[in-house]
Amino acid sequence: MAKHGVAIGGISVIIAIVLIFFYLLLVVFPLFEPAEAEQVGQFDRPGGAGHTLHMAMEEQAEIGVRFSDDGRATFFETTTGQLVDDQALSLPSSTSITSFAIGEPLDARVGYGLSDGSAVVVRPVYKESYPNDVRVITPVITYPLGEEPLPIDEAGQALVKLAVQDGEEEATVVAVTADGRLLLTYFAKEADMFDEEAVSLERSQVEIPHDGGPVDFLLLDKDQRNLYLASANGSLIHYDVTDKEEPQLLQRLNVIDPETRRRLTSLTFLTGDISLLVGDSSGRIVQWFGVRDERGNKRLRAIRSFDEQQRPIRAIAPEYSRKGFLAADESGRVDIYHTTAERLLLSLQLSDHALSSLAIAPRANAMLAEDTSGRLHFWRIHNEHPEISWSSLWGKVWYESYDAPSYAWQSSSASNDFEPKLSLTPLLFGTIKAAFYAMLLAVPLAILGAVYTAYFMSPSLRSMVKPSIETMEALPTVILGFLAGLWLAPMIELYLPGIFSMLLIMPVGILLFAFLWNHAPRVVRHSVPDGWSAALLVPVVLLLGWLSMSLSMPLETAFFAGDMRHWLTHEMGIDFDQRNSIVVGLAMGFAVIPTIFSITEDAIFSVPKHLTFGSLALGATPWQTLTRVIILTASPGIFSAVMIGAGRAVGETMIVLMATGNTPVMDFSIFQGMRTLSANIAVEMPEAEVASTHYRVLFLAALVLFLFTFVFNTLAELVRQRLRRKYSSL
Amino acid sequence: MIRHWFQSGKPWIWFTASAVSISLVLVFGLLVLIAVRGLGHFWPHQIYEFTYTDRTGATPVLIGEIHDEETVPAARLRDAGIAVEGEGLITRYLLKVGNRDVFGQDFRWVLEPKIADRRTPEEVVALERREWGNFYGFLQNVKQGDSVVAAGPEAWSALQPLLARATDLFAQIHHVEKSEIGSINYGLERLRLKQRRLELASVTDPAAYAELDRQRKALEEEYQALQGRLAELYGQINRDSMTLRVADGREITIPLAKVVRAYRPNAMTLLGKIGFYFSKVWEFLSDEPREANTEGGVFPAIFGTVSMVLIMSIMVVPFGVVAAVYLREYARQGPLTRLIRIAVNNLAGVPSIVYGVFGLGFFVYFLGGNIDQLFFPEALPAPTFGTPGLMWASLTLALLTLPVVIVATEEGLSRIPKAIREGSLALGATKAETLWRTVLPMASPAIMTGLILAIARAAGEVAPLMLVGVVKLAPTLPIDGDYPFVHLDRKFMHLGFHIYDVGFQSPNVEAARPLVYATALLLVVVIVVLNLAAIVIRNRLREKYRALEG
Repeated sequence: MAKHGVAIGGISVIIAIVLIFFYLLLVVFPLFEPAEAEQVGQFDRPGGAGHTLHMAMEEQAEIGVRFSDDGRATFFETTTGQLVDDQALSLPSSTSITSFAIGEPLDARVGYGLSDGSAVVVRPVYKESYPNDVRVITPVITYPLGEEPLPIDEAGQALVKLAVQDGEEEATVVAVTADGRLLLTYFAKEADMFDEEAVSLERSQVEIPHDGGPVDFLLLDKDQRNLYLASANGSLIHYDVTDKEEPQLLQRLNVIDPETRRRLTSLTFLTGDISLLVGDSSGRIVQWFGVRDERGNKRLRAIRSFDEQQRPIRAIAPEYSRKGFLAADESGRVDIYHTTAERLLLSLQLSDHALSSLAIAPRANAMLAEDTSGRLHFWRIHNEHPEISWSSLWGKVWYESYDAPSYAWQSSSASNDFEPKLSLTPLLFGTIKAAFYAMLLAVPLAILGAVYTAYFMSPSLRSMVKPSIETMEALPTVILGFLAGLWLAPMIELYLPGIFSMLLIMPVGILLFAFLWNHAPRVVRHSVPDGWSAALLVPVVLLLGWLSMSLSMPLETAFFAGDMRHWLTHEMGIDFDQRNSIVVGLAMGFAVIPTIFSITEDAIFSVPKHLTFGSLALGATPWQTLTRVIILTASPGIFSAVMIGAGRAVGETMIVLMATGNTPVMDFSIFQGMRTLSANIAVEMPEAEVASTHYRVLFLAALVLFLFTFVFNTLAELVRQRLRRKYSSL
Repeated sequence: MIRHWFQSGKPWIWFTASAVSISLVLVFGLLVLIAVRGLGHFWPHQIYEFTYTDRTGATPVLIGEIHDEETVPAARLRDAGIAVEGEGLITRYLLKVGNRDVFGQDFRWVLEPKIADRRTPEEVVALERREWGNFYGFLQNVKQGDSVVAAGPEAWSALQPLLARATDLFAQIHHVEKSEIGSINYGLERLRLKQRRLELASVTDPAAYAELDRQRKALEEEYQALQGRLAELYGQINRDSMTLRVADGREITIPLAKVVRAYRPNAMTLLGKIGFYFSKVWEFLSDEPREANTEGGVFPAIFGTVSMVLIMSIMVVPFGVVAAVYLREYARQGPLTRLIRIAVNNLAGVPSIVYGVFGLGFFVYFLGGNIDQLFFPEALPAPTFGTPGLMWASLTLALLTLPVVIVATEEGLSRIPKAIREGSLALGATKAETLWRTVLPMASPAIMTGLILAIARAAGEVAPLMLVGVVKLAPTLPIDGDYPFVHLDRKFMHLGFHIYDVGFQSPNVEAARPLVYATALLLVVVIVVLNLAAIVIRNRLREKYRALEG
């Protein structure tokens, strides 16, 4: 009975321990799962026989809308295809639709170009009401720029290509007329003083000089600043239309190599309207965005390509709030991609026919596709973390508006236009940097100190020294961090030359003292018993430390014009943070000294005494015995001490949190700070939304730390056990 | 000669010795630094009156304590935009001029060469206030209502009884607001939850609701009564005020209700200073923080730390001991137990922040979320246990310190001589009896050691707690007089986090710094004492078994 009780208790404790690892893994795992999708409905095209120009869905993906070329907007239930509402748009009866434009997807505005040279902007609005506590969505068609068609071409030519953006304060319509003119029409909105709904438009127009070449795609970004014209052969023209009176030609290029004879089949913006997605007839999709060249001009560049699909891309649907997109091709296949993660998340064969139209739900959890046989396919998508991939976590990523691929950690962004940048590399780099500088101080001090304590020190002194250094292991790191941040950092800034001169003064001074002591009169030398030289050196160390500090100011005045920090920044071009790696190195080095000291001391002390005696009896000096016999025998123990110390330095949180500026820089400079994995978790975890990508990536950071230290410690433990066996055999 | 000396290796031995010396200097230097700064905080410092020449050439009079001083090259000051003449070193003082509400800032750097005259007038008064920090000035008069009670030199002695009265009234107001009204609010909240629970259970019996209404009415009546009493107390406390002249000659009126303490450090005798010192220390240990934690005491943080550590101990000891007994006494020794030992040892090296992440994910969001669904649906969507709190913080730290207890207990068990176990078994005791009556009592000092080390570690750990339950300012203590007395779901304050928060998140770091040193000293003392205790117990234990073995 007792036996089982104890066994159950014991095993459950051990399970709890294992649970930590598996729970972390469990939370992290969904990051790397591919997307999933299931078909929910398949039905014939609802509404009239007109061809689909564009499809969209409302927020909940319950109701879809189909805009067709016969001037109708058909609302239907996405799961069944059942008709909800079918409205004819109010277009002048004498005209026909000659072109169509999609505005910013979130605003759901679309534009129609008409045969009489006018245009209409339409926006479906979904009104929610709760009769009898049941949610009912009622779609309504609205005309944000007025129901009356906007005259675009005064010559009355049909508009064959159209681009529309309608913002809070301004709207822009760009159109290509049947006779090849490119017209930019700008509407400044002026709110009516008495009625907020009523908006009066002030119209102005320019004709953008255009060579009359074919325009198959016309795109205007949502800020109404960039205009792109492209033809099916792949030539693309980029205009800057920030100044609506004087549009500027920025660049003319081929987005498809003319020699490959591929055709441009699809062109759209990625969300944020910074990148262009170019789909071609070979099934390849390329992301382009503007990058500053050597002369500082933004030039479109091909950033990355997706070569998964084999047939011409017919439609690309970018996600509304993430940098992912869906692409449909002629073979009836839809692939789900993410750009910065360079990831193909899912590939679906929707139909045997080519797909002609594709729509994604605003929350990216459903899609609607139409094939050439007139069937609509509605699928639910589970795609929670597309932005994470091995390359986006650890590699250099070329983010939009960056001039080069870079490692970046910037977990929150101001808007959906900029994605969170979740590269763990700068954090890992910071962790290693902090640990490196800490070990730089701790390893020599702790090992040398342990050697002396274990081998030369008198037992009575040892019994005092060892516990006092070991007690420091328990010193809360928050105190070390606080002292490092608020006392040490300003101190180092003030006495910078002193700190560096100490590196020279300390060893030289100690050597000098040792030499003098060695040649001191016998009476003086014998007044201090053997093995007490460490105690003897304490005042010497204090004196030397004081000397370096008091030399600091004169040195600074003599060599650095009175301000070393100023000198560093202006003469040497080295940036100086007050909370830098020196501070972290000193504070965290201090924190790991006891760990390394204690284990090393044990390892050296437990080297069997007969080895020492044998070596000394053979005529070796104590120093020779130490270096050739003892250190060699104890070296695995010392190694494991260093490993455990490194493990502690890697995981330390409070010191780095308080003693560094916590900026994720990739710079090994000793005068700069860093952001470590652990400090990053401490700072961001409380704000991370549960089960979001950010939350899971922070768990991943914790898992990385866990594995890091686990490997270090296991290695150390195995080495130590081997050592123990070796001693017992000696 | 030198060559020979180097060949003997002695210089290198001196180097190794110096490493020990440097480590010792660092260790004790750190302790001394914390002790001096921490203890110095409570001492009443001299208040100086300077006639100063500032950069515009004006000669204002400054009154304040010297908070810090530094000696820097003149060039550095020029880089910082301060006009100084000449080369060489210049000393400057950071003067705490106080009176933040009057001057806008309560610290000011003054250059030593620009100080024309330095006095320590005896009659200068320092006030500790409930808000806006310290106040320094010369007492002009004391008023009761609108009439001046005393002016000039008599004002100081007339102030004392009035101030004592105001402090007493403040304590009464505080008691009513915090304890009595807090208690009523808590009761009202419980009633609201009870009612919600009834609604969720679809109870339609009007009697049940009527009962709740009756209780609510009773509480509200009590509340009204207290409100009346409060109004009366406020009327009384706001009666008195005093007028002080500040450094620039302005006269400022300060109601006594806003004053915590008034003293004249320059006029104090040594004995008076010592008395003042201990009253400040007592305030620090027993009082609540004021002014965004930068003044007053740290009692809630001490209380929170202790409660958390106690609850953690209750959880960690049984589990740690059972696991150690299983590993040492019951499990078959083989590769598996070796593997488990390595795992346990390794867990001691896993960064504490990882435990925090685990605690937040598993305990708070997963376990806590489910507990809320099952047992506290009435409070949803406000979480009860599904949010960081005392319970989860204790549990996380219990997990964190589990390896410490396991390792220490195992070591204790392994030191018990076999003969004792066999003797017990030979006398007819079962294995369980042997364990319970012989082995565990003998291992108890080892268990104690493990527990003390665990407590020392837990008391100093901050990183995981930031994720699972500490807050900068908790309105209520986790243990109080309201049913169910121990509130495991509440957030709490913690000494270590207090240091981080006040030192780094506080709006007025300079003013808060001395308090942080004092808090750090308190924490260091607690932890060093605990560790020394563990070492003493361990050594005693070894002695004891050495005797047994002999």
